[in-house]
Amino acid sequence: MREFTTEVVETDVLILGGGMAGCGAAVEAAYWAKATGMKVTLVDKAAIDRSGPVAMGLSAINTYMGMDGKVTQNPRAPERYAEYVTNDQMGLTRQDLVYDIGRHVDGSVRMFEKWGLPIWKDEAGNYQKSGEWQVMISGESYKIIVAEAAKNAMGTLGDKGQIIERVYITHLLKDEKEPNRVCGAVGFSVREDKFYVFKAKVVICIMGGAVHVFRPRSQGEGFGRSWMPPFLAGTTYALILHAGGELTQMDVTFVPPRFKDSYGPVGTFFLLFKTPATNAYDEPYVDAYKSETDKWAPYSKAKPVPTPMRNYDMILCAKEGKTPFLIHTQRVVDRFQKEITDAKELKKKIKEYEAEAWEDFLDMTIAGATNWAAHNIDPLEKPMELQLSDSVFIGSHAGSTGAWVCGAEDLMPAEYKDAFPAQYNCMTGVMGLFTAGCGVGACAHKFSSGSHAQGRIVAKSAVRFANDQKDYKPTVSDDTINKLKEIVLRPIALYDEKSTYTTMPDVNPNYISPHSFLFRVQKIMGEYAGGWETLYGTSDKMLEAGLWKLAFCGEDIEKIAAKNLHELLRAWEAIHRYWVAEACVRTRLARKESRWPGYYHKYDYLKLDEGQKHFVNVKYDVDKKEWKVIERPMIPII
Amino acid sequence: MPSFVINEKCDGCKGQDKTACMYICPNDLMMLDKERMKAYNQEPNYCWECYCCVKICPQQAMDVRGYADFMPLGAASTPLRGTEDIMWTITFRDGRIKRFKYPIRTTPEGSIKALEGFPEAKVADLTTQLMLGEPDIMGVKELPTIKK
Repeated sequence: MREFTTEVVETDVLILGGGMAGCGAAVEAAYWAKATGMKVTLVDKAAIDRSGPVAMGLSAINTYMGMDGKVTQNPRAPERYAEYVTNDQMGLTRQDLVYDIGRHVDGSVRMFEKWGLPIWKDEAGNYQKSGEWQVMISGESYKIIVAEAAKNAMGTLGDKGQIIERVYITHLLKDEKEPNRVCGAVGFSVREDKFYVFKAKVVICIMGGAVHVFRPRSQGEGFGRSWMPPFLAGTTYALILHAGGELTQMDVTFVPPRFKDSYGPVGTFFLLFKTPATNAYDEPYVDAYKSETDKWAPYSKAKPVPTPMRNYDMILCAKEGKTPFLIHTQRVVDRFQKEITDAKELKKKIKEYEAEAWEDFLDMTIAGATNWAAHNIDPLEKPMELQLSDSVFIGSHAGSTGAWVCGAEDLMPAEYKDAFPAQYNCMTGVMGLFTAGCGVGACAHKFSSGSHAQGRIVAKSAVRFANDQKDYKPTVSDDTINKLKEIVLRPIALYDEKSTYTTMPDVNPNYISPHSFLFRVQKIMGEYAGGWETLYGTSDKMLEAGLWKLAFCGEDIEKIAAKNLHELLRAWEAIHRYWVAEACVRTRLARKESRWPGYYHKYDYLKLDEGQKHFVNVKYDVDKKEWKVIERPMIPII
Repeated sequence: MPSFVINEKCDGCKGQDKTACMYICPNDLMMLDKERMKAYNQEPNYCWECYCCVKICPQQAMDVRGYADFMPLGAASTPLRGTEDIMWTITFRDGRIKRFKYPIRTTPEGSIKALEGFPEAKVADLTTQLMLGEPDIMGVKELPTIKK
């Protein structure tokens, strides 16, 4: 096999991931690192200008309190935010973590505005809120702006601020003197034959959530049109799991109801434009199955109706054969015509609506705009189809997957303290291993702004940790590094060794391509674990069958081959997704109820059981190859 | 297909080590064929159609053809991204055209000074709950907390 050089980078604070949380972490870490004289290194597998889910842009900031009252409507306090998130997630939420984001998030949004993000305002200069928590923006360049601020802040550290792009992280490093401690990470460059070793006092693991664990609905060249971007590979979850961290709510995937196929966003249409949605017979579907959904009271009866319950209405409606669902964008125009009598004003209002409707798509889901045009649909004239999309592992939207982390000193209930070796905000149960954004579980509805704010929270906390551990030096032997290097590069070695056995290297009995491996995981998840294929239904019998088949995937990890660096990237992304799949199935098996029926439900436990109002967490012991299920109590703070 | 490169317009970013599209693609899809000096999308079925490559291409050599799985041919969303705003031309399958212009940024590119105007951090403040610029930046007198 060709020679890969090894580059060792020594730093104090290692930030893995440069999305919204990573860029927030960079700004805050730079601020505090300057005072403490520390070195900060940020690593991203892409270019931070356009990495992560905000790469395409965004048309709204979905988490903003407006604590200063300078909003067009709905100034909110963190208490109300924590209550809202708790109900939306059917009563199970780490309120201490959610509250903490609520009290800090306005700071991030104020910075975005100062940096140059166009935020919609009224004549008095108040932010335009479209709902309880949402602020409208013209966000095509949202990520570029946030990344520029991160780079600028890191630049103030001189050679102690380092950003390394196009490096994919495969493993975290454990300290060889202290078993429950991380001290760095390894990975490889996707541009040159180089293996990277990072040694650090503290590691912030914030590489986002996971898509493509469940099978996407489009599987040809539309495979990449997942709602969240296809580059979210579950790296955060897999790495934390393998380092000995505890993952929570890995069953609570989010299923976004969206414009069919293109996954054009619906939030602005529902909240700002008050667009009606119906089944194929022009009947509203939300709250249409009360005799069934009332079994999920009290959560199902609250307003707004929790996301998993609105989804469940769609599932029940689909089972009656009343699809396609339609979103009636044209009826917004009908409403204006009834409400506005002045012809000039009406024309202006329709023009405004048209521009804002298209901007909503063009700022964040351009395929949605092209899909209108490809079907000759002008949203002012005709409705478009809605559909439930693929299941997504996301800790920052209406899903709750992620790590079990320590909360803020003044907020976290005392009952949670025992799970952590030391009390640092956003630290996992592993010393020196921190996370934020999609990495933090049971803490939904952060969105872009809350992820940025939590990135800042984790960075300050991590700098504090590193400062308290000033004299700490990582212990990792050369032997460990060499073994890891061999494992990381194994797919390339395997390809080099075996690919000439057949006349066409794509099919070879000695190995499997990263794509084929991933397709197998996706097929198992979709058919057994509650994917769209079964209208999000599963059962213990199905999950057991799925787990048995997943075990073969686990064994075949060693048989994944990569013909080049790009395939090596896909190989490791697929491996990380496999671990997310395992964690999900095991959590779904452990939970004997259907608390979030529109995300997934169990045919053998098709009910809400308040006796199970606790968090279901999983851990993995790498040496013993053993999984452990842990129950953690729900302790409200509001 | 999703994103594609127009043969005639692509100059491989004039023989630099990497092209603009390679630099920006969040999913590592763009490759430079150094012999032909042309970029190409090496894995179209992993394309998110985020248009980052289309927007950054200095030759306007890139475009997107909607996913064949569900989009009839003939439509296009074509951006022209400036320093302050972005112009979109939407071409319908039946030939109708719509144009929109939206702001993207209120400050000059490269002008952000993220830490300027804030007091210098003090090591002693690492133990408080207050972060950069707080509480003033949020327009409140003190950071909210819960009375236990």
